[in-house]
Amino acid sequence: MTKMAATRDGYGEALLELASNPKVVVLEADLGKSTKSLHFRKAHPERTVSCGIGEQNMLLVGAGLAASGYIPFASTFAIFTERAFEQMRNGVARPNLAVHVCGSHGGTHTGTDGSSAQSIEDLAIYRTLPNVIVMHPSDVVSTKVLTMQLAATVSPSYTRTARNKTPVLYEGRENEIEIGKGIVLKEGSDVAIIACGVMVSQSLEAAEALTAEGINATVVDMHTLKPLDGELVDRLVSSCGAIVTAEDHSVIGGLGGAVAEHLTSNTFAPLERVGVQDRFGESGQADEMLEVMKISAPYIAEAAKRAIARKA
Amino acid sequence: MTSTDELRELARKCRVHIVNMVHRAQAGHPGGSLSEIDLLAALYKTTLRVRPDDPDWDDRDRFILSKGHASPGMYAILAEMGFISVDDLASYRVLGGICQGHVDMKWCPGVDFSAGSLGMGLSFGMGSAIAGRLEGSERQVYVMLGDGEIQEGSVWEAAMAATHHELGNLNVILDRNRIQNDDFCEAQMRMFDIPAKWKAFGWNVKEIDGHNMEEIVDGLNFLQNSNDGPSILIAHTVKGHGVSFMADNPAFHGAAPNDEQYAQAMAELGEVVA
Ligand SMILES: Cc1ncc(C[n+]2csc(CCOP(=O)(O)OP(=O)(O)O)c2C)c(N)n1
Repeated sequence: MTKMAATRDGYGEALLELASNPKVVVLEADLGKSTKSLHFRKAHPERTVSCGIGEQNMLLVGAGLAASGYIPFASTFAIFTERAFEQMRNGVARPNLAVHVCGSHGGTHTGTDGSSAQSIEDLAIYRTLPNVIVMHPSDVVSTKVLTMQLAATVSPSYTRTARNKTPVLYEGRENEIEIGKGIVLKEGSDVAIIACGVMVSQSLEAAEALTAEGINATVVDMHTLKPLDGELVDRLVSSCGAIVTAEDHSVIGGLGGAVAEHLTSNTFAPLERVGVQDRFGESGQADEMLEVMKISAPYIAEAAKRAIARKA
Repeated sequence: MTSTDELRELARKCRVHIVNMVHRAQAGHPGGSLSEIDLLAALYKTTLRVRPDDPDWDDRDRFILSKGHASPGMYAILAEMGFISVDDLASYRVLGGICQGHVDMKWCPGVDFSAGSLGMGLSFGMGSAIAGRLEGSERQVYVMLGDGEIQEGSVWEAAMAATHHELGNLNVILDRNRIQNDDFCEAQMRMFDIPAKWKAFGWNVKEIDGHNMEEIVDGLNFLQNSNDGPSILIAHTVKGHGVSFMADNPAFHGAAPNDEQYAQAMAELGEVVA
């Protein structure tokens, strides 16, 4: 049996370990039980700031703390970070203050809460902000490692985590994980599937199905969308000649957008983007939502074949 | 006139629906649904000018459940009023169902606003109230807010604007159940004198016991009859009211009962489960 865990738990574990640094402070907006900052709050109430249900206030309190030498980690649902987008833009990103925002329950995978809770645009909007690191890790281990690395960065960041459990991929492989460096999980020369978050394990499944059909796919976990690992994308273009991106996010502006932007300015290769097709979600179980949105493993495999067919 | 005994029975039936919905879905928000339901039962039965067979009737009163996670309460009263069927309640949180996790005007008849993100309903209600005034209509707008919800700054932007525009047709019912998501409001964000805050923003304010039907009916009359400016009914409630183990318990903000708890809840609500 594959071991399963939710990436949001990796965030919670990282905060607890980071607590040994007295400069680390945690900000909450009445969702600590959900984003998993509650463990830090229990252990270090004096360094946890409850902002009530007030996301806009929370982000700028974070900015004030960062400007005073603290390392603030602020979390709420991915969707509700968006309410404070302009605060993030003008009060955090513009002065380049290292506030680390974690948006949990990202994507349609979050399930039956429905469309109001399913952020499908967070990665896109934060990617437009100068200075901001944007990440969407795929498993609990990498979420923990990447969150811990954030404490040493001098840039603000946005990290999306997921509500529901996904396969654990990196146990014992912690030292392969680094902000800004995509991870090749499987090598193949016919097509490269670049994925993030919950779609990484779907992509591995797709690659397995493709192998049975004689197609060898590379699978990359692009946990950092910004800065994008362009060198790796260039290598994939020359080794595979066809690319698929896979994300539980709009096909506009997220991972697919980032890779498309890179390809148009560098070596070109056919690209198929698997993601949410410019629509809102609805209530459904996590696995049902991947089907409704047509982003589960079989759809990735189909996209791979389309990309291969488009090779010159 | 519906008697308060009849209203109490209506609310009891709604409570049964609420517990059924969250138990069946094994997800959802029972606490804030049970605290609001006496208010919703009385509002729909005695006050709102709406037509269950014509839910989009232009000149209807508007009801906006701003704390849209407490949707089981709203679906329950919509079913009892005949906007939707009792069978529809089984679609709560089910793929393709009209009873989406959070109330949604695109999915469910009788829902006037797509909520789920807190702090949005009062502004939307203000727009609805201005529209009513522009049309010379007497229709009223009622917005249900949560007490955690009013920590959102946007609520106070709307509160200030509503008095500036003298919106006598705009009414708020505040479900003051003292609990939010993670914990009691007192632990998360103390709000001190809530009535004084609304008064300071120029609102007509009345406080009631939100589980006492006589006081609720009285309070709804107050909202209907104070038209010189926006008015708020602050209803003191108990989150999870009607089910002993949910009552005043932050753990049941967003959690479903297991089978054993479900049986107990049904027994407490006077329902025989087959
Ligand atoms: C903008 C926003 N932030 C956070 C949430 C997550 N959330 C859902 S319910 C809730 C607590 C609401 O408490 P309250 O308004 O008191 O509602 P009630 O107790 O009546 O359920 C929170 C924080 C949300 N829905 N919207």
